[in-house]
Amino acid sequence: MAMVLRLSLLLTLLCYSLNPSFALYEDQVGLMDWHQQYIGKVNHVVFHTQKAGRKRVVVSTEENVIASLDLRRGDIFWRHVLGANETIDEMDIALGKYVITLSSGGTILRAWNLPDGQMVWESLLQGSIPSKKFLSVMMNFKKGKDNLIFAFGRGCLHAVSSIDGEVLWRKELSELTTESLEIQRVFQPADSDIVYAVGFDGSSQFHTYQFNAKTGELLKHSVAAFLGGFSGESSFVSDDILVMLDATGSHLVLISYQDGEINFHQTYISDLVPDCSGVARILPTQLTGIVALKTDSSAVFLRLIGGNKLEVVEKINYPTAFSDALSYSEGQKAFALIQHVGSRIQLTLKLDNDWNSNLLEESIEMDPQKGNVQKVFINNYIRTDRTYGFRALIVLEDHSLMLLQQGEIVWSREDGLASVIDVTTEELPLEKEGVSVAKVEHNLFEWLKGHILKLKGTLMLASPGDIVAIQAMRMKSSEKSKMTRDHNGFRKLLIVLTRAGKLFALHTGDGRVVWSLLLPSLRRSEACQYPTGINIYQWQVPHHHAMNENPSILVVGRCGLGSDAPGVLSFVDLYTGKELSSFNLAHSIAQVIPLPFTDSTEQRLHLLIDAGGRAHLYPRTLEVLKIFQSELPNTYWYSVEAEKDIIRGHALHSNCFLEETDEYCFSTRELWSIVFPSESEKIISTATRKLNEVVHTQAKVIADHDVTFKYISRNLLFVATVAPKGDCSVGSVTPEESWLVVYLIDTITGRILHRMTHLGSQGPVQAIISENWVVYHYFNLRAHRFEMSVIEIYDQSRADIKDVWKILLGKHNLTSPVSSYSRPEVVMKSQSYFFTHSVKTMAVTSTAKGITSKQLLIGTIGDQVLALDKRYLDPRRTINPTQAEKEEGIIPLTDALPIIPQSYVTHSLQVEGLRGILTVPAKLESTTLVFAYGVDLFFTRIAPSRTYDSLTEDFSYALLLITIVALIAAIFVTWVLSEKKELREKWR
Amino acid sequence: MARNRTITLLTFGFVLCFSLLLSSSAFQSDELQDDEEFGLEGGRALDLDYVNPKKSPPLRKRSSSDQDSDSKVHFVLEHAFSDSDFSPAGTFTARLKTWSHGGQTLTKLRFSRSGFSETENEEFKKLLENDDFYRIRVPSNVLSPPGRDYIISSVKARCLPRETLDEHFVIHMEGVNILAVNYGSPGACQYPRPLKLPAKWSFNSHTVLKNSEQAPRAPAFVEETLVGENGEGEGIKPPEKSFWAKYWMYLIPLGLIVMNTVTQAMNMPEEQASGQASSQTQTAQQRPPGSAVRRR
Repeated sequence: MAMVLRLSLLLTLLCYSLNPSFALYEDQVGLMDWHQQYIGKVNHVVFHTQKAGRKRVVVSTEENVIASLDLRRGDIFWRHVLGANETIDEMDIALGKYVITLSSGGTILRAWNLPDGQMVWESLLQGSIPSKKFLSVMMNFKKGKDNLIFAFGRGCLHAVSSIDGEVLWRKELSELTTESLEIQRVFQPADSDIVYAVGFDGSSQFHTYQFNAKTGELLKHSVAAFLGGFSGESSFVSDDILVMLDATGSHLVLISYQDGEINFHQTYISDLVPDCSGVARILPTQLTGIVALKTDSSAVFLRLIGGNKLEVVEKINYPTAFSDALSYSEGQKAFALIQHVGSRIQLTLKLDNDWNSNLLEESIEMDPQKGNVQKVFINNYIRTDRTYGFRALIVLEDHSLMLLQQGEIVWSREDGLASVIDVTTEELPLEKEGVSVAKVEHNLFEWLKGHILKLKGTLMLASPGDIVAIQAMRMKSSEKSKMTRDHNGFRKLLIVLTRAGKLFALHTGDGRVVWSLLLPSLRRSEACQYPTGINIYQWQVPHHHAMNENPSILVVGRCGLGSDAPGVLSFVDLYTGKELSSFNLAHSIAQVIPLPFTDSTEQRLHLLIDAGGRAHLYPRTLEVLKIFQSELPNTYWYSVEAEKDIIRGHALHSNCFLEETDEYCFSTRELWSIVFPSESEKIISTATRKLNEVVHTQAKVIADHDVTFKYISRNLLFVATVAPKGDCSVGSVTPEESWLVVYLIDTITGRILHRMTHLGSQGPVQAIISENWVVYHYFNLRAHRFEMSVIEIYDQSRADIKDVWKILLGKHNLTSPVSSYSRPEVVMKSQSYFFTHSVKTMAVTSTAKGITSKQLLIGTIGDQVLALDKRYLDPRRTINPTQAEKEEGIIPLTDALPIIPQSYVTHSLQVEGLRGILTVPAKLESTTLVFAYGVDLFFTRIAPSRTYDSLTEDFSYALLLITIVALIAAIFVTWVLSEKKELREKWR
Repeated sequence: MARNRTITLLTFGFVLCFSLLLSSSAFQSDELQDDEEFGLEGGRALDLDYVNPKKSPPLRKRSSSDQDSDSKVHFVLEHAFSDSDFSPAGTFTARLKTWSHGGQTLTKLRFSRSGFSETENEEFKKLLENDDFYRIRVPSNVLSPPGRDYIISSVKARCLPRETLDEHFVIHMEGVNILAVNYGSPGACQYPRPLKLPAKWSFNSHTVLKNSEQAPRAPAFVEETLVGENGEGEGIKPPEKSFWAKYWMYLIPLGLIVMNTVTQAMNMPEEQASGQASSQTQTAQQRPPGSAVRRR
């Protein structure tokens, strides 16, 4: 009987496993997942003209996003994410209904329809040499209502019709000069057919051109040399006078170029501004008759008088941001300037021809965690009383975007979250006792009402109104957004580091920002000019010893762009969101190795490897040193020099030989090296196992009740190399001259465990290692398809442990320490499958105990996350699996991996610009938390083998209760009835 | 099954693996096969505990081999004790095959190991005492040493000593380039490593050349299905199970039911026989148990 039961159980399991992916019901969307849309740091802003849709603004960002935002609320109307290398250079508006963008280094010109964001036309502009990009839309050129667009990019000036994007004429300006030409401005005086272009070439030649606007014919070209050279920044004071800085940055050069005659006039900056020190910059304001100069501590406004003389109008100390000029009424231009006064910012609007009075002066309280204002864009509107009002869109240091109007912040967007660098998670604090009980009693009636509603829903008695109520109740169930730890481990803090150097703590329940911190150590300062954040590591995870401490993380950054720049460390408390301490290090940081040891306060030991190959131990306490000294001989590390195609292994040696003795610094020595022949192989991808991955069992029982042992090593490194030619995009090489070689390397000894060549294949390669298997994705040139391959590694040295009794009695070598210096006896099994999509990123689910079967999470090119069961990528799949193999769950062999539409984790949503997927185990064994990030953020939880260890959330406890009560009542009733019947029988 | 395979491998290894005895008594050297042929000169057989590693089928095809030309190549193995400088420790000799299509490969690798000198012996003893690294290196290009860089490999010195100093090289090649050398003891190296001096201060070396193996292709599915279907029709049929193995789950309950009815049938006549004798009392006595059953 038990056997029958087992069989049927197996069968049901099989039924489940044959269809492992499951979808959400429509009403479950948003219950356990959230999706946030961002755009990134705003570069260019175009406000709509008076006619079309005044309530919107179009922005382009550093994440290559074009978006139309609602000016009232800051919501996104439409949004387009361009490719990674399609940087948006310039943006403008044409015909009042099209947004024109110039992107990809000045080669692609596109027009987007303003109301719905559809692309209207696209023109490819040709050019030979990279140069400054420039776009200008002529508003006053009437040629049957067509606005001409002048685009300058790659050394060519193009005139493009704004109606259909047709290139009307094209002039190669670089042919006319010898060196690279930088066009500063293209303009067309009102009511004339002549287009002027002015610019300078590399050294000191100043050029003006006059073109016929209709034909592109060059009417006039004049050149004049200026001995001092130009530094590249310019400001147009009027249509025929240009102010530039000379090459040394100490002179201002006034250039007038009326009718092809070029005159230079030099002025010392220090003559105008006596206490000016350092290098000045010209601010690109376009005000008539006024030049703005920025020095280290102040901004100076100079007015042009008498044709060629400059005088100081005003000097403003410690300003932060200026806007472009806005021409808001006949011949008047206004511009905005923002200053920080304490924690408030002051927005001042000035007119260019009336300097003494301010058009507008507002002071607004600003969150100090947002940092300084970096950019201002202003726009005017007509108030109800027919006067002009102004609104300002400001971009702050943490990349957030804000709209200011009438002295208030109308809305604010946290767009720093579009550029996530690294993510980690942390548990929430434990629930204090006594809180929950009171809450339940208080809400007892609510609780009952809710359950009755749910019961109605289950029994299909609910009216549409009830269903809405149920849905709303589910969505805002306070359970999921509580700030305490839950039993299942679903509620956590996601700690996110953004490119702006800001840390965010997001709640996994609803994705809200719990706290945010603009890291002071990653802000630009005198000492640190280009601070960049690199990674975050869990520094202190309170466990048994230090239960009362708050958890903290380590943020690693560096002061500069190269890997040899000095490092920055910052420690942040995760519950309060305050920086505990920070250090500017003397050494650089090339690699950070978290060690598997903690000290008595549960601080994790970290080794920081600098560019010179020395290892620095943190935290720097004597206790830590003592712990580490005993593990010193067993500490190894490796480095991948991708540009040299060499992998090296190192061991720690002794203390550093420095001028001053530093006992936390260790010198290292090279133990092994692998040198790939540079003419045939080039490293394109590496992968390692996640450090915190849990493997439930090493033994794997295969179909014939045989035991195989997985080769599980934390020191496994996957390396993929390709032929140097095949490094480029698909289509650049023939199958004969491209190959892909994959290696599995033990990082302690440098042993190559496995080496395999895929002929006729090329990158890009995405790889993932988990347990004893590697899955990687590449392009097969012969089959013209993407492929995914799997390698599984089995340990043969333990193959003789077959006897269960031996294992039970402990007479086996499973617990004896394993040395990497033993020669491994491993067996590889491998298989390749076709896969339809190209892949942006890959991850694998991880659960608390590692029992649940695994799923691969594949970030597809469509910015969705696809869950693919690992069992599809099993090298043991055969065409006709035997009965025993079927019971084990082996799927019949197919040549391609299936893509089941229901198994998209992101269901109908897109995580635009997907860059990474993080999986975190929940406390519940069946469940994994998944966080996908790119321009958007998406969070959900998935159960690869269904939630076998818990009831679903909509399980009706009330129904269960009522059933039990009804049953008990029935028992009593029947008991009474039977008693009565018996009595009657006895009396008969 | 696996045991059987090991044994066949061992015998295989026994037959194929020989070592070369060199004239100097201070050192001896073993030489091992390359992938395709184990051309060997006489010598003594290798230790039995050496297990032949799984070898991949050679990548290259033997086309127009008559045009292929051979030449001899030497390259030097150098060693270092802990942090000392590298010094020569032996020579690899191999035949360089130039294929008609331009590729060059090494075959017939031979290794002659120079033994330790007195000072080196002392140095090695020091390594053993400190549990330190014994490091070796070879050039990354055998034709123009050292190539781009030296290939370094190292092992804890305590892993080497057995009877003699046993070492094992796996040299990963790509044409005439050496990618990596896996150097270590031929078998296990237990941890913690005990201090053990070798009985004989001579090397017992095994060398293996390895080239890349080719990955299995994604299944070309159309043909294989046909083959699979045909094949299944004939041979792969699962072994016919016995009647009992197939239907035991139905047979056992059936048997139980049959047995039950049989015993009941056997009891019935007896009861009836005895029941007739005491038919008077039966009606009175039968009621209480009946009611008891009902109450339950």
